Amino acid sequence: MSEHILRLDDVHTDIEQYHILHGVTLDVPQGGVFVLLGRNGAGKTTTLRTIMGLWRARKGAIVFDHHDITAAHTSDIARQGIAYVPENMGIFAGLTVEENMRLASANGRFDPARLRRIYDLFPAMEKFWTKPAGTLSGGQKQMLAISRAIIEPRRLILIDEPTKGLAPAIIRAMIDAFREVAKETTILLVEQNFLFASSLGSNVAVIDDGRIVHHGTMAALVEDKALQTQLLSLSLDAHQ
Amino acid sequence: MPATAMSAVPHVSGRTRTGRLVIYAIALAIGLALAVAPFIFPDVRSQEVAARICVFIVLVASYDLLIGYTGIVSFAHTMFFGLGAYGAAIALKQMGPGWDAVFLGGGAGILAAAVLAALIGVLSLRVKAIFFAMVTLAAASVMLVLASQLSEITNGEDGLVYAIPALFKPATKLLTNANGRVETLFGVALNGKLALYYFVFLTSAAMFWLLTRIVRSPLGSVLEAIRENEMRTEALGYRVVAYRTAVFVIAAIVAAIAGVVWAVWLRYTGPASTLSFSIMIDILLMVVIGGMGTMVGSIIGVTLMSLAQYYLKDLMAAAAEATASIPLLPHVLEPDRWLLWLGLLFILLVYFFPAGIAGTLMRKGAH
Amino acid sequence: MASANKTMGGAFERIGGVNALPVILMIIALPLVGSFSSWMTLTVAGLAMGMMIFLMASGLSLIFGLMDVLNFGHSAFISFGAFIAASVLAALAFWVESDSVLLNFLALFLAVSAAALFGLIAGWFFERVIIKPVYRDHLRQILITIGALIIAEQLILTIWGGAPIPVERPAILQGSIIIGDVAIEIYRIFAFLLGLAAFLALYLVLNRTRVGLLIRAGVENREMVEALGFRIDRVFIAVFMAGSALAAIGGSMWAGYQGLISATLGSELMVLVFIVVIIGGLGSIEGSLLGALLVGLLGNYVAFIFPKLSLASNMLLMLIVLLWRPWGLRPAVKH
Repeated sequence: MSEHILRLDDVHTDIEQYHILHGVTLDVPQGGVFVLLGRNGAGKTTTLRTIMGLWRARKGAIVFDHHDITAAHTSDIARQGIAYVPENMGIFAGLTVEENMRLASANGRFDPARLRRIYDLFPAMEKFWTKPAGTLSGGQKQMLAISRAIIEPRRLILIDEPTKGLAPAIIRAMIDAFREVAKETTILLVEQNFLFASSLGSNVAVIDDGRIVHHGTMAALVEDKALQTQLLSLSLDAHQ
Repeated sequence: MPATAMSAVPHVSGRTRTGRLVIYAIALAIGLALAVAPFIFPDVRSQEVAARICVFIVLVASYDLLIGYTGIVSFAHTMFFGLGAYGAAIALKQMGPGWDAVFLGGGAGILAAAVLAALIGVLSLRVKAIFFAMVTLAAASVMLVLASQLSEITNGEDGLVYAIPALFKPATKLLTNANGRVETLFGVALNGKLALYYFVFLTSAAMFWLLTRIVRSPLGSVLEAIRENEMRTEALGYRVVAYRTAVFVIAAIVAAIAGVVWAVWLRYTGPASTLSFSIMIDILLMVVIGGMGTMVGSIIGVTLMSLAQYYLKDLMAAAAEATASIPLLPHVLEPDRWLLWLGLLFILLVYFFPAGIAGTLMRKGAH
Repeated sequence: MASANKTMGGAFERIGGVNALPVILMIIALPLVGSFSSWMTLTVAGLAMGMMIFLMASGLSLIFGLMDVLNFGHSAFISFGAFIAASVLAALAFWVESDSVLLNFLALFLAVSAAALFGLIAGWFFERVIIKPVYRDHLRQILITIGALIIAEQLILTIWGGAPIPVERPAILQGSIIIGDVAIEIYRIFAFLLGLAAFLALYLVLNRTRVGLLIRAGVENREMVEALGFRIDRVFIAVFMAGSALAAIGGSMWAGYQGLISATLGSELMVLVFIVVIIGGLGSIEGSLLGALLVGLLGNYVAFIFPKLSLASNMLLMLIVLLWRPWGLRPAVKH
């Protein structure tokens, strides 16, 4: 059994009066891409936000690399080496691409090798380096969001629906970039797009109504069409 | 189905029921006391207090429609109050003491309030709540400056003094006895002064009843839905800005009507009696103390604050005198410093009992 | 019609867009005022007033932009700044009246610093004690800061009394410079320069330092700044203290400008400050500067041309700006 970098144990999260997560238990192994699938409103984003400390778990525990981070401050969670790419990408539109990147680097300075790698992965970053991030296209914003996440060595990257609204060509570029990134770090990817998810993921969990309803390898899920239909019919309907 | 604010509370525990009973009993007692005030508190000062309570209940309840039921923070409520008052006052001054002046001038003031409210609402209710608060504050202070500067018609800072319809003159006899003297009931003369009080009381009661009808109507339910979750309400197809603007206009109209009544009662209208920022603060204090989002709360908040305003100062004067030998203490106990204590009380209340007296006792909970 | 609009818009953008509005206003005012020397006096007065209001407004705007907190108590910092500076100047009357430029400046420096120091401390207290418990709850925020405002005003009345108190201007800042037939009050030039220096300092901090980068990012999206590993609450308190200090400095300058101050000074100015922040757009100091200059200039021109309309003119200005740009002239980008 491989080492787990992140464990969620019976996590319950409420948003105002609504109970969103009803006991999410999740083991994310070290390395590779772990995909969290589920239809709209199933609790995918809430799970990521709870890990990040942006919403608080009412019950349960979140353990990152043997440290309990359930009650930790968001900034401390980030400093443990977790990067977060929210669904809306969290780009600072009024800041330049460079300034966005500077905020994401530990002391405002860049490691030239890492920066070079980002430029290779996403040439647009170099091209628009001094432009306000608000002027980038949707795909470029997503690239910037991911670049921010990988400008420093991280141990875990949480990414929320990176393919949402993107053109197929850009999605293909994303797949390549993610494979590259996954060589050095663990990615917890939330997705609705099964094709995208299945081409990347090594492990997969399916969440529905605030509970994990399936947990296994991606290969097994790709093989088992019946299980796919049973688990994902709703999300596939919604997407195609 | 009466989908009211009150019946929307899911579980009514025994304690809540008791609390609610207490609140309604207190409100009812206050209402009854106001209804018979001229007979049980016949002195002039008590009459002043009673009339003020009546008018301010309407003012505060209409403000609660905004802040408590809809979540709109406005600082322009005194502006609308003032528009009604000045409308009536200017007409009474120019046209003489007739009902035509009250209706024409008051009507013009009410109309002006409605139009201005619609304008401000359409213009700034689409943006952030805080933005709206700032815009209304700016508008209200400009109105205050205008009232003191346009002295040809408003008589500036001094304000307007005028006569009111003959029916309300103390010399008017409502009923005469065999000798042609004014009839008395329980020792109280049935004269114009009494008619004036009941004009204030009945108009206020009618307005208050109207407001309770509004919050219990389907409109009230939509308003609360907007307050609880604006985006979801919008998604359900309600045009939030239109609803908010409508409420803002309704509240402005009611405030302006209260202004007309106030102008008639006082026989005087000036910036300090209608438009000043301290009245706006009073309204805020009353609505918070009573309990936001509860119409009965306004009755309790207004009564408590008004009694405090009239009688707490006396108490503080006594306390200041008693502590005269201690350094500093008499300074903060000076009657003029009563706002200091009220401000402190206000902050503590907002921290610890954001639901106010009525809200806390009725367990409506903070939002 | 649409294309004509477009070319007009293009020309407007070419001359600097909204940034050119104060200059456009000055040019329009010249023929209306009639005499060049009066126009010059009014313009300088307007710029000086605008800069002082900028000092008060910039902090409020930044605090709002960063924390989503509208601090009605902001005007208390203005009032306290004015009264503290007046007290320091009164205590140092000997220096203030002295012919020595050094002593003059020292007195002035001490007065403004005392106000600023008060702003820092009071700002810290306000943020920690009054506002922190009610972050993200706008209604209670507004109510609580109003409560704090009431208390602050009452405290001023308790400490300094209800009667207006006179403020001594240092000897070097008295009198005017005469250029041709134009007389310009030295104090106004000083107020303008101080405001300009504050703007430049703020601009440099915001655009050239890491803290500034954090503030600008925080104005856009607080949550993301935290998710990148920063304690936004530490940035909050720094900005709150700085903003309060700026308000107190603005108040101290205003005290010298007015010469006679009373406890209601803060709440009277607050309306102007709000109008400035609304016109300029929340969360940007460039917007605050623009709004402040427009309000200062317009106020002075209108007071000269149509005296009765001076405060209403600002209201009208606000109305027009809101119709044209509901978010203000130069708001910060919000996510």
